[in-house]
Amino acid sequence: MSKDNLVEINNVSFGYNKRPVLKGINMAIPRGRVVAIMGGSGCGKTTLLRLIGGQIKPQQGEVRVAGQVVHELDREELYKMRRRMGMLFQFGALFTDMSVFDNVAFQMREHTDLPEAVIRDLVLLKLHAVGLRGARDLMPSELSGGMARRVALARAVALDPMLIMYDEPFAGLDPISLGVIGNLIRRLNDALGVTSIVVTHDVHESLQIVDYVYFVSEGVIVAHGTPEEMRQSAKPFVHQFVHGEMDGPVPFHYAGEDYGADLGLGHV
Amino acid sequence: MFERMTGGLRGIGHTAIDGVWRIGYASRFFLLTLFKSGISFRRFGLTIKEIYFSGVLSLIIIVVSGLFVGMVLGLQGYETLQKYGSEQALGVMVALTLTRELGPVVSALLFASRAGSAITAEIGLMKATEQITAMEMMAIDPISRVVAPRFWAGVISMPLLAAMFSAVGVFGGYLVGVVMIGVDEGAFWSQMQAAVDFRQDILNGIIKSVVFGVAVTAIALFEGYDAPPTAEGVSHATTRTVVTSSLAVLALDLVLTAFMFRG
Repeated sequence: MSKDNLVEINNVSFGYNKRPVLKGINMAIPRGRVVAIMGGSGCGKTTLLRLIGGQIKPQQGEVRVAGQVVHELDREELYKMRRRMGMLFQFGALFTDMSVFDNVAFQMREHTDLPEAVIRDLVLLKLHAVGLRGARDLMPSELSGGMARRVALARAVALDPMLIMYDEPFAGLDPISLGVIGNLIRRLNDALGVTSIVVTHDVHESLQIVDYVYFVSEGVIVAHGTPEEMRQSAKPFVHQFVHGEMDGPVPFHYAGEDYGADLGLGHV
Repeated sequence: MFERMTGGLRGIGHTAIDGVWRIGYASRFFLLTLFKSGISFRRFGLTIKEIYFSGVLSLIIIVVSGLFVGMVLGLQGYETLQKYGSEQALGVMVALTLTRELGPVVSALLFASRAGSAITAEIGLMKATEQITAMEMMAIDPISRVVAPRFWAGVISMPLLAAMFSAVGVFGGYLVGVVMIGVDEGAFWSQMQAAVDFRQDILNGIIKSVVFGVAVTAIALFEGYDAPPTAEGVSHATTRTVVTSSLAVLALDLVLTAFMFRG
């Protein structure tokens, strides 16, 4: 275990029921960096985040966060570790029965004994960082998709975590919000000195902001490197993914019988 | 042939095992909720907020239904009682029917459809939108923070609502019996006072409504927590809450009545 890596994933396999999702994954997330995990939909990216957060246990291998093996922690230790993790969910997962302010204040009120005046200042600080100090009294239903994502981001960094995990932070956003979120991820990472893991399939935005990329396909890592290396990569999968080509190692057609045979024409 | 027979047997076995497994899962959930109730009382504000949502907001439907049920009891009771020349016992009849049976049972059924379905839908949607997972990832236990306060709110609200239902119902019976039909007012109230026993009638009614409160809220919470995180899953769970908890209320009522009012 190197001291420079906040998260290490060693030979991890995981499957739902009998369907394998991850097959022997090895990965290292260095401290202070923004690392992207990319791959097509349903390739097991989100499962990786759930493993790091201790929501599921690997069937083989281990995930280490700050030197601790996640699946060996008991509930109390796991909760203690999670207090130092922030997570941004795909659609924000804001608490719909609370205002923006209360959402960001939630963890401070639950986990600390800070006086309300201090909490107020801290919440305004976090909201200011994402540009939504003025929206503190709105309810989540009154926010646009991009704003909700920013509030969720403020909530994720509420307790100054050491690790922030982003689950598809760019999904379903317009180009402006997308740029804003991308910039925030980078800026928060550098300003707070945290480590970030971004799970995404948005190539263009993420290659601009991350330090390192892992490509996952069908449960294995097919390529990894810096964004520049990935852009230059000659590997067919990476090339197809980065350039968004329709056919390649990931076929356009779902596996089936020969087209001609299906139409009753014999082999075409 | 053999295949089909074993297939059928296996189907029965599966259904039985699934059913038992689900009951076990529900019991475990219920015990966990009880076990993790500390926060609902230490921070009673959380519970008060839920009492507002499930109790206070159910008041209107409870009061209106209570009034109508009481008025109908007045009409029907008078019809029957005057055949035996004992229409002055109308007050007794209305009060006993309401405190012993209709108050707890009807208000529990209304509570199941008004508050129970809302609880299931809310928790189901919190799960579908990952709010429950988000809470877990923030190291906050959703059972103690979300489930337990709603449970205790339901348990506290239910007897109060049932009492309200009975009180308004008695007033409805009075309106129809005394004000409209003209039964003697003094007899109506004094016979009621003489015949209704606090321990036998009112306390038993309260016990019933507490039991119903536990059943309805626990079922609603479990169905919500167990719902598949999809639109379809939540809608099925909401329906199941109303059906299961209504049946549970009626079945429990039979059992409780058999114990309370035997001889």
